[in-house]
Amino acid sequence: MYRGVNVVRAGKMYKTIESIQGPLLFVKRTHDIAFGEYVRIVAPDGSERRGQVLEVAQNYALIQVFEGTEGLNAADTKVIFTGETLEVPVSTDLLGRILDGSGHPIDGLPDPIPEDFRDVNGAPINPYCREYPREPIQTGISAIDGMNTLVRGQKLPLFSGFGLPHNLIAAQILRQATVPGKPEAFVIVFAAMGITSDEARFFIEDLRKSGAIERTVCVLNLADDPAIERLLTPRVALTIAEHLAFDHDFHVMVLLTDMTNYAEALRQISAAREEVPGRRGYPGYMYSDLASIYERAGRIRGRKGTITQMPILTMPHDDITHPIPDLTGYITEGQIIIDRELHKRGIYPPINVLPSLSRLMKEGIGKGLTREDHRGVSDQLYYAYAEGRSLRELVAIVGEEALSPRDRRYLEFADRFEKEFVSQDFYENRTFEETLDIGWDLLAMLPEEELKRIPSDIIKKWHPKYRGSKVGSSS
Amino acid sequence: MERIGKITEISGPVVKAVGLHGAKMYEAVRVGEEELIGEIILVRGNEVTIQVYERTEGLRPGEKVIGTGEMLSATLGPGLIGMIYDGIQRPLPEIAKAVGDFISRGVEATPLPMDKKWKMKKLVKVGDRVEEGDIIAVTQETKTIEHRIMVPPGIRGKIVEVNEEDKLTVKDTIVKIKTPEGKVVEICAVHKWPVRRPRRFKRRLPPTTPLITGQRIIDVFFFIAKGGVAAIPGGFGTGKTVMQHQLAQWADADIIVYIGCGERGNEMTEVLERFPELKDPRTGRPLMERTILIANTSNMPVAAREASIYTGITIAEYYRDMGYDVALMADSTSRWAEALREISSRLEEMPGEEGYPAYLAAKIAEFYERAGVVETLGSKPRVGSISVVGAVSPQGGDFSEPVTQNTLRVVKVFWALDTELAYRRHFPAINWMRSYTLYTEALKKYFEEKVDRNFLEYRKKALSLLAKEAELLEIVRVVGPDALSPREKEILEIARMIREDFLMQSAFHEIDTYCPIKKSVLMLKTILHFHKHAMEAVKKGIGVDKIFSLPVTVKISRMKELPYDVYEKEIALINEEIDKEFSEMGVPTCIGE
Ligand SMILES: Nc1ncnc2c1ncn2[C@@H]1O[C@H](COP(=O)(O)OP(=O)(O)O)[C@@H](O)[C@H]1O
Ligand SMILES: [Mg+2]
Repeated sequence: MYRGVNVVRAGKMYKTIESIQGPLLFVKRTHDIAFGEYVRIVAPDGSERRGQVLEVAQNYALIQVFEGTEGLNAADTKVIFTGETLEVPVSTDLLGRILDGSGHPIDGLPDPIPEDFRDVNGAPINPYCREYPREPIQTGISAIDGMNTLVRGQKLPLFSGFGLPHNLIAAQILRQATVPGKPEAFVIVFAAMGITSDEARFFIEDLRKSGAIERTVCVLNLADDPAIERLLTPRVALTIAEHLAFDHDFHVMVLLTDMTNYAEALRQISAAREEVPGRRGYPGYMYSDLASIYERAGRIRGRKGTITQMPILTMPHDDITHPIPDLTGYITEGQIIIDRELHKRGIYPPINVLPSLSRLMKEGIGKGLTREDHRGVSDQLYYAYAEGRSLRELVAIVGEEALSPRDRRYLEFADRFEKEFVSQDFYENRTFEETLDIGWDLLAMLPEEELKRIPSDIIKKWHPKYRGSKVGSSS
Repeated sequence: MERIGKITEISGPVVKAVGLHGAKMYEAVRVGEEELIGEIILVRGNEVTIQVYERTEGLRPGEKVIGTGEMLSATLGPGLIGMIYDGIQRPLPEIAKAVGDFISRGVEATPLPMDKKWKMKKLVKVGDRVEEGDIIAVTQETKTIEHRIMVPPGIRGKIVEVNEEDKLTVKDTIVKIKTPEGKVVEICAVHKWPVRRPRRFKRRLPPTTPLITGQRIIDVFFFIAKGGVAAIPGGFGTGKTVMQHQLAQWADADIIVYIGCGERGNEMTEVLERFPELKDPRTGRPLMERTILIANTSNMPVAAREASIYTGITIAEYYRDMGYDVALMADSTSRWAEALREISSRLEEMPGEEGYPAYLAAKIAEFYERAGVVETLGSKPRVGSISVVGAVSPQGGDFSEPVTQNTLRVVKVFWALDTELAYRRHFPAINWMRSYTLYTEALKKYFEEKVDRNFLEYRKKALSLLAKEAELLEIVRVVGPDALSPREKEILEIARMIREDFLMQSAFHEIDTYCPIKKSVLMLKTILHFHKHAMEAVKKGIGVDKIFSLPVTVKISRMKELPYDVYEKEIALINEEIDKEFSEMGVPTCIGE
């Protein structure tokens, strides 16, 4: 039988549960149990669950149960310590398959043949062995490509909120992402944690329509699946991704959604253990725990494959200082901010470029990568848009008449930037060149001497005034 | 005789054991069948609590714990420079050689190359009396760094033998010393020092020299002294790491110790890829030839993250003792504090604010206390210094949290990073209203004698213009720009010029990444020169719009891009042009600057 994470040999059985608290089991009179060991739990009704040793002493062990403890009792529940760590089978056969949140196929197809079994926790990439990611990914979305370029091997999350179109954006990225000049398509690992079945179906349908489903592995823990299993799901997904990338040379794009549900599961365990909480009730080790997921992205010197991560999280109350987005932002290589206000104004994709950031952009753009004017154009667009937005606030108080002609120009710039540069269709796939050219059209509204962020030689070469084509509105 | 105990309990990185007789606080131990490295952090009767520097999955109660009798120590000697270590000083390249691209546990790796032969020049002869700290030999560790081998801690006496061999490994005896007690000790180039104990020196000296960083806002506004302490707190994406990298690249220290403490793997890779390529502006040699890296990234074991800070500062002290100016960057001290918190909570200690242990403040203060200018030990003492710059990552960007607050109590320079500035891509996003330096008096003499007689006045003038701008902007926000007088509008424009054309500095611009202090001062002087004329022009009723669209303003905005060999000449020309363009508008050249 195909076993998912259930790597089971004989193991030691106990029926000595002393207490059950939330998702935790406290088993006494244990002997010779390993920390972190994988545990099978047989419920009174004969069904099986999986767990892991969180703490162990000479005569007891504390276990977290991934499927929760509902229906378990102290008298008739059997606990089998397997002596193994949590492992997942990996194989290229998983491409095109749908697995549950701990790695068992749920699509009714024959079981894939494992090439190997891997510890779901992985091991840290030696920083000395990493290679700095530099190849730009063209997502076809201007707000990302032009202003916050994603590169192959980066971890770049979408910070969103309830009801915002992060799924559309993610689906569009999955559909359109390519590296210019490199034919290999991305292989996709899609990990769902606690999202609804509608949301999951939306992704799978979109991947099916574009044909990408054949090179996708879906690992699904849905809203009605056990909450604690969510701690496993991204690890299963990344273990498979590492195998595909570093053993089989694939470029892997990993979508992790929704990390907020993951963090909630973490908090639940911590609360059940009565640990001293850090900020707002989240465990003090949440930073390290999230890092053990997000740092499993990147490139390794001498290996061809890469892992690019796109986690999605919904910020509680749209609050970016909430521990989940906050700790994520401290680990990931930037963030793309989906903005409620832009969304309300009907702008798709409602990406606010100002608080968004791609930390790896600087090495991933320019001559030979995207285009030589990229840095200057993006810096100048930033400057002008930020200027325009802060003037918008001023106008709200003092009215537009009070503004100088310079200020009015920036105000208009900000509007056009949102309508022409940021806005695009769900199916519109722009090249880097197209994105930058739209940028130039907008910059042409401003007097040339205001373009201080762009080197003079670049202006002379790329400004519409000198290129003689596609001139934007007069300045 | 081996001392062996037995594991009784395992919870994450914390392990309890019994039966380890004579166990001492902070003693290094080997844990389990795989002999993982750990350190005793609590002794209670027969039971010890150990923090383990590697992952503990798979450990079982009943497995052994071996006492080493030694404190957790750094290994010091030639070969440190250019290395990249994990938090407990294992060379990452050696780990890679042993187990491949992913770090697995239980890897043994010696911190220094043991077989490499160093050409050593002996500075003592038989019969010389030496004491702790005296230099007995030197070897060229890199092209620019002479490694000074000192009489190790606790040893003094008479040289009774000198090894005449020219090329020696770190383990070969260089000299033999007969101590006053009549014991003969063999001295080689390497020794160990417990990381949690500060190395000794003769006395502290007051700081007198700035650490020049090539970053305008630091060098001119919020400077740090050699031997000084600075903190750079900021939310994510505000520029802590870029600034730490900039300092590691351009600060005029002899030795750089860079600690990546619980941060991203790729950021260490970036340093590793870039530093061998970049040249030290003072020596022309690759930056890696003065740099030591310690990388315990966020996904590496949390206890080793806690240790990494101490490993780093101990190495820094060792080079300070040779008489060097060392600069240490720790990115991020918050991750170290969080590691403390995590271990503390596993010990079920009484938590303080936000779950941090009550001794957090003391630990932070002790760490920064290891910075400073000192007169070293030895019969011919040297002067050395350690400057420490700690990044702080406040949760939610909120500076009122405990790590930021406790750090600000001990540091003398505060570079307050500002999320709003970062969103506007104003980099470095150091907020000029909130930041400060307490080294103005200490460095006054240096600046006035070595940089510019009026250095501090320019600084004061510029800062007061920016303060005035903030006030005026407040007014504009309430009643709109029309309420301002032309005189006030001029201040807004000149302040914008200071912000955009002086303070903003791109770390990624090939020239502007490093700005010599002389150029920084010239740039600021030029803007103030323009300001004087502009005020005159306003008096004469010339419109502010017109003044600030003079052709020379474009040149002022591009001063930063002027290459190192021409800026002096070019900036002089810009000043002439200012005079000319204003006089064409009927404003005479200002005198008496
Ligand atoms: N001096 C600078 N010049 C140009 N860009 C900068 C500078 N400082 C920061 N940045 C930008 O801000 C991003 C985040 O900076 P970083 O130092 O990584 O932030 P933090 O460490 O505070 O999270 C960088 O990737 C870069 O794009
Ligand atoms: Mg950083």
